[in-house]
Amino acid sequence: MDVMTQLQRQWREHTAYLRKEGYLDDQFEQLQKLQDENSPDFVAEVVSIFFDDSEKLLNNMAGALEQKVVDFKQVDAHVHQFKGSSASIGAMRVKNLCIEFRNHCEAQSLEECVRCLRKLRYEYSLLKNQLEYLFKLEQQIRAAVV
Amino acid sequence: MATAGEVFRRSLTETVGQVCDDSSSSSELHVLAVDDSLVDRKVIERLLKISSCKVTAVESGTRALQYLGLDGERASVGFNGLKVNLIMTDYSMPGMTGYELLKKIKESSVLREIPVVVMSSENILTRIDRCLEEGAEEFLLKPVKLDDVKRLKDFIMKGDGKDGGETRILKRKQLDGYASLSSPSPSVACDPSSPLMPSSSPSARSSKRAKLRNKD
Repeated sequence: MDVMTQLQRQWREHTAYLRKEGYLDDQFEQLQKLQDENSPDFVAEVVSIFFDDSEKLLNNMAGALEQKVVDFKQVDAHVHQFKGSSASIGAMRVKNLCIEFRNHCEAQSLEECVRCLRKLRYEYSLLKNQLEYLFKLEQQIRAAVV
Repeated sequence: MATAGEVFRRSLTETVGQVCDDSSSSSELHVLAVDDSLVDRKVIERLLKISSCKVTAVESGTRALQYLGLDGERASVGFNGLKVNLIMTDYSMPGMTGYELLKKIKESSVLREIPVVVMSSENILTRIDRCLEEGAEEFLLKPVKLDDVKRLKDFIMKGDGKDGGETRILKRKQLDGYASLSSPSPSVACDPSSPLMPSSSPSARSSKRAKLRNKD
C-alpha cells in the first residue's frame, strides 16, 4: 500500500473514530462539505479561530469564577458563547459540557461551576489534540501528492 | 467554469450595479451578516459564498446600521456600499441584540423592505414569536445549514419587491413548508428534493413553532 493510500485510510479512520466517540457531530461534516478548491483550508481556518476564541473564553470563565463576588450571569455569558462556537464546528462533547455548565450557573453553584470548568478545559484539550492530529494527516496527504 | 467573457460581463454588471445603487442588474444577492462570534461569521460567510452570494459580515448591530447608512450620528447620503438584499443577524449579541436591530430596520422607511432573518442557538418560543411578529422573515436555529441558505436565497430571488404583502404571506406558507422539511432532528432524514408540502396559513406559524420546539 503506497503512502498516500495509507494516509488517506488513517484520515478516514480517525474521522470515523472522532464521530463515534462523540468528539464531533454532523456539523463538522457540514463544514467539510464547505471546503473545496476555492477554499481548501476552510475547516482548518475555522477551527483555528475556534481554538483562539476558546482559550480566551476559558480564561474569562476562570477569571469570573475567581472574583470575590462571583457574577454568575457573566460566567454564563462566556459559557453561552463557548457553547455557540463549539456547536458551530460540531464539537459535541464540549458543547454538551457547556450546557451542563450553564445549569450550574443558573443554580449559582460555585463549586459545581469550578468542577465543570475543569472538565471543560480537559475536554477541550482532548479535542484540540485530536483535531490537530487530523489536520496533520491532511497536510501529509497534501505533501504526498507532490 | 466561467469563461473569461462571462467573468468580464459579471464584473461589469457588478460595477454598474454599484454605481446605480441597484442590485437587480446583478444576479448575485448581497447579504449583510451580523454576528458577534468570529467563528460564526466565518462559517456564515462561507455558506453564503458557496451559494453565490456577496457577503458583508459585521460584528454588531451598531456596525450593521452604520453600514446601512442609518446610524443617526452621521448624516448619510445613500448607502455606504452595495444595496443589501438580505440581512441575517444573530439574536444574542452584546450591546444591541438581533431583535433590537430588527426593530430599528423595520422602523426605518428606507430599510424596512429588506428581509431580515434572525439566527439563534436557542429554541425559545417567545423569542421566535417576538421576532416573527416584529417582521422577521424567518427564524433559523444555529448552526445554520447550507440547505437553510439555499432556501433563503430561492425565497429572496423569487419575489424581491413584487406584490408586497400578499406575496409575503405566500412566501411564509412556502417557508413553513420548507421549515417542516428541513427542520432538523438528527434521526430524521431530510430529502431536500422531495416535493414541498404546502401548509395552510392559519396553522403556518404554529406549525413552524411546533417544528422548532421539537428540534431538541
